[in-house]
Amino acid sequence: MTATAWITGVGGTAFGRHEGQGALDLMAQAARAALDDAGLRRADIDGVLCGYATTLPHLMLSTLFCERFALDPAYAHSVQVGGATGAAMLMLARELVRGGRCRHVLVVAGENRLSGQSRDSAIQTLAQVGDPDYEVPNGASVPAYYGLMASRYLHETGLAEADLAEFAVLMRANARRHPGAHLSTPITVADVLASKPIAAPLKLMDCCPISDGAMALVVSATPGIDGGDGDGTRVALAGAGQAHRHQHLSAMADVMDCGAAVAARRAFAEAGLGVADIDHLGIYDSFTITLTMLLEEIGFAPRGGAAARARAGDFSPDGALPLNTHGGLLSFGHCGVAGGMAHAVEAVRQLTGRAGARQVARPRHAFVHADGGVMSSHVSLILSREEAP
Amino acid sequence: MNASSTPAADTSGVPSTPAATPSSALAAPFVEGLARHELRFQRCGACGAAQSLARHACTRCGGEALAWETARGTATLHAVTVVARAPSDAFRALAPYTLVLAQLDEGPRLMAHADAGLRIGERVTAGFFVHDGRTLVRFARTDPAAG
Repeated sequence: MTATAWITGVGGTAFGRHEGQGALDLMAQAARAALDDAGLRRADIDGVLCGYATTLPHLMLSTLFCERFALDPAYAHSVQVGGATGAAMLMLARELVRGGRCRHVLVVAGENRLSGQSRDSAIQTLAQVGDPDYEVPNGASVPAYYGLMASRYLHETGLAEADLAEFAVLMRANARRHPGAHLSTPITVADVLASKPIAAPLKLMDCCPISDGAMALVVSATPGIDGGDGDGTRVALAGAGQAHRHQHLSAMADVMDCGAAVAARRAFAEAGLGVADIDHLGIYDSFTITLTMLLEEIGFAPRGGAAARARAGDFSPDGALPLNTHGGLLSFGHCGVAGGMAHAVEAVRQLTGRAGARQVARPRHAFVHADGGVMSSHVSLILSREEAP
Repeated sequence: MNASSTPAADTSGVPSTPAATPSSALAAPFVEGLARHELRFQRCGACGAAQSLARHACTRCGGEALAWETARGTATLHAVTVVARAPSDAFRALAPYTLVLAQLDEGPRLMAHADAGLRIGERVTAGFFVHDGRTLVRFARTDPAAG
């Protein structure tokens, strides 16, 4: 039998504006919370994986973080696959633990993406995921890439802008239940449709905000010091899969087959599970179109049917398949790598029954998916709750 | 591949507008082609597949013998957006502007500007304009009368 990797601790900051806090400050807050949650001391951590920070483009961020945070790991480096970085780090941590290389891997990311730079600077940095000769010189931006992709997806599926808007509304409603969320003003579909145009068909409320914040998780070879969380619940990283089929939108062969389903199939195969076994979702939602395409390609809704499932309440906290119960990137906020990790942190809290006022019916198997670039790098994870033996 | 596969040198009468500095030797023929008002793309010498973007190997067969050709400039619109929020001062003056992914008749997909009001599926023809010191492509609706 192959060894299991367990998520033994999670922590993070609120998302929003943290004036005066640098990337390392935010990362330290999240890491401290995750270590406390796991009941581990610094000396227990023998592996460290860091994301990148656009406000701190350091060559050796993991080493720098370890120096500042007083860690002395046997294995450490940074990982960089855009929005998929957090999920990719969890997948790698799982391999390090299962392979016997590490006992406890700290996975951490954070940055002051909102307050640490001008909005123009952030937008220009992000636009560089585009091709420097064929795409960026046209005055393209990340919303423009997603706007182009959305135009094609709506064309092929017959979905309307009001369908995409459903997800902005759901994410806002969920965020209102989380005290750490960046955006909590209630919105309606009409508000989304009337919001400022950004890159048609995407309006301001179809796009996630830019936030400051950090998230951290601990992945361990053992289920936890007390055999699991308070009531003995343990969370296993039961399966993981990736796909990387293109970098640039110009090279994406088909909006109906961007790689998400391939990554998901690999994760399901490892876990011995299928779509029907999943009862909780943490799906990357940089834009409303991102969430719609991922839900449909992976199979959590029929093609062109995600909005209908949302309207029916299926993705609501009391529905059959609660989705991003923390509010997702669209409303909890997006500070880069940590933004994509918040979905995993929330899934762990829901699985272990520690989501407080927003706790849903205890899930058994959560599916977490993140993508980087323009649906370019995909990582799927399956988190399973197991009762202590 | 290297510069030996680029089309012939400039001759009198050939349009010439500002060229940007390519990000790499690989993409230089494309960038230099824009300044001469040519849409250049690579085709695989082994399997004949036309490539989107610049490649070191064929996306279909992995062959490394890719030769640059010049497209006719006719295309069908694959995706369309209108950028209202420009990413930089240089483009703020143009906003709102239409960006498209066009499927060239030869096969490659190309991101470019386009006239306002065009829709997915429309037939278009490439033109060229200069903005912020670079030559860029702008597609216009193909005039059916022009054949």
